Amino acid sequence: MKIIEVENLKKNFNDFTAVDGVNFYINQGEIFGFLGPNGAGKTTTINMLTGMAKITAGKVKLMGEDYTGNANKAQAMMGIVPDESNLYEELSGWENLVFCGALYGMKKMLREERATQLLKEFGLEEAASKSFKAYSKGMKRKLAIAAGIIHQPEILFLDEPTTGIDVAFARQIRNLIVDLHSNGTTIFLTTHYIEEAERLCERLAFIVQGKIVREGTVEEMMKEIQEENIVNFTLGKDFTLADDFTKIEEEFRSHFPNFNLKMVKNSGVSIHSPSTFTLFPFVQFFEVRGFPVFEAKIIRPSLEEVFVKVTGIELQKMQSEQNQKGKKGQKGGGSRL
Amino acid sequence: MKTWIAFSSILMKDMRSYYLKPPNISWGLIFPIAWTLMFFLRSPVAVEVRDLLPGVMALSILFGTTSMLAVTITFERKSRSFERLLLAPISLNLLMLAKTSGAIMFGVVNAFVPVVFASFLTNLSGINWLMILGSVVLIAITSTFLGLFIAVSVSQVFEAQTFSNFFRFPMLFLCGLFIPLADLPSFLRPVSYALPLTYGADILKTAINQNGVIPVPLSFVALLFFSVFLFAYSIYNVNRKWIL
Repeated sequence: MKIIEVENLKKNFNDFTAVDGVNFYINQGEIFGFLGPNGAGKTTTINMLTGMAKITAGKVKLMGEDYTGNANKAQAMMGIVPDESNLYEELSGWENLVFCGALYGMKKMLREERATQLLKEFGLEEAASKSFKAYSKGMKRKLAIAAGIIHQPEILFLDEPTTGIDVAFARQIRNLIVDLHSNGTTIFLTTHYIEEAERLCERLAFIVQGKIVREGTVEEMMKEIQEENIVNFTLGKDFTLADDFTKIEEEFRSHFPNFNLKMVKNSGVSIHSPSTFTLFPFVQFFEVRGFPVFEAKIIRPSLEEVFVKVTGIELQKMQSEQNQKGKKGQKGGGSRL
Repeated sequence: MKTWIAFSSILMKDMRSYYLKPPNISWGLIFPIAWTLMFFLRSPVAVEVRDLLPGVMALSILFGTTSMLAVTITFERKSRSFERLLLAPISLNLLMLAKTSGAIMFGVVNAFVPVVFASFLTNLSGINWLMILGSVVLIAITSTFLGLFIAVSVSQVFEAQTFSNFFRFPMLFLCGLFIPLADLPSFLRPVSYALPLTYGADILKTAINQNGVIPVPLSFVALLFFSVFLFAYSIYNVNRKWIL
């Protein structure tokens, strides 16, 4: 079931078109990644979906019902975690959660119970009575996520949840996202860390200059640029003489005429094929020739390569743009968009 | 029910976080004493506490509400916590009413601090308390909505303070609080009648000393008009400026 459907969504700021007729959908229970460089229209899109920006044109449907122009109804079903904390510095962690629950009309006992439960689940139990301003960045981010789900929303919007926090907290937050997903929460994730998107998201959309340039599952996107299938074998014995490999290569060609074999260092080979293949015949081929196979690894193109190819945008250029924005420190991720 | 829970929680949080803080309570106590003492010390003739009371009450409300609301909303916008409220499933009108209710209540309580002090110094018999209550509530509402108007017009906390004073200090002299409207130069009188506090202070004068100059029903209508206008204009501005 599609939880959100966006049709021809458009946003103009005077003469400038920030979002230019985007279309996408999010299935119930999936993690949907929304990727793009600074100024691509990610935040404006989120703002329109969450009622923080007016829609110039287009439609947004939540669970099949058009909520364009009636954000309040949709907001009750959404949890929103912005890139920067928007909780109250002067309130404690527990008070912040209880207050956020109240904003969604939760009764006192229910919101207090849920706040206590979330603090426990998120490992913030000991800091429950501490004022929010005393929290570390990572703790603040965790509490912001807890505040976003206190009312058990149908869909959770996470805007760069691991940006600016250290590796350990980033890892904890990624685990929390996986846990939320396994509990059935639909997640709309924007991130600058491309490996994070690759690891967490089931479907993705790339937005550039207000337009969605590609949308699909991670596998579908990879397929587009994957010209051949490559498997690396780590062998239990080195090719001590140059002849060893030449001899093996000749025999390989006669056994598997549609495949190519290349040497990778002294004790490894890579098998190349235009189509997918089973590994067992190859493992057996090397075993009988005295080269036991210790490891087989499928070599895939990275999402980063997909992004560069489909958007035509150089990652380095974007990285420097992002670094301007994220100088607050970004210890927790890998490649950034 | 859900709306009421959200409304009351915003109100209670604001009361606890801003209005019931010791500096604000002491402000509420010191402000009217300072003004009363100033008139006692500076006036060459004997001053009647009862004559000062309408002006001091009106000022206590004005100063207690406008900057408090303007500063707290601007502060919350800067820290982005106001965004959290805008993302909640409650209408903008209700949200702004919840945000302003705390300031209105703070203003009403502030208004009665000078009354308590005055009760120790003079005879307060013959006062129309119902009229006082009505005018105090309406002055608090218009002053708070003036604060809201200021809050949506600025982006920095210091601007909120400066802009508040831009409105408040002229009101000290132009609204007939301590200088009767009749004593003002004729070219300034239209300005006086364009300020809501003129009408509020005049009702208080009628209720306490029976010496107001504007018909009471007209003053109430004027205050209601200013309240509706300032609130509607502020909501329009919030929609235009904050929800892009």
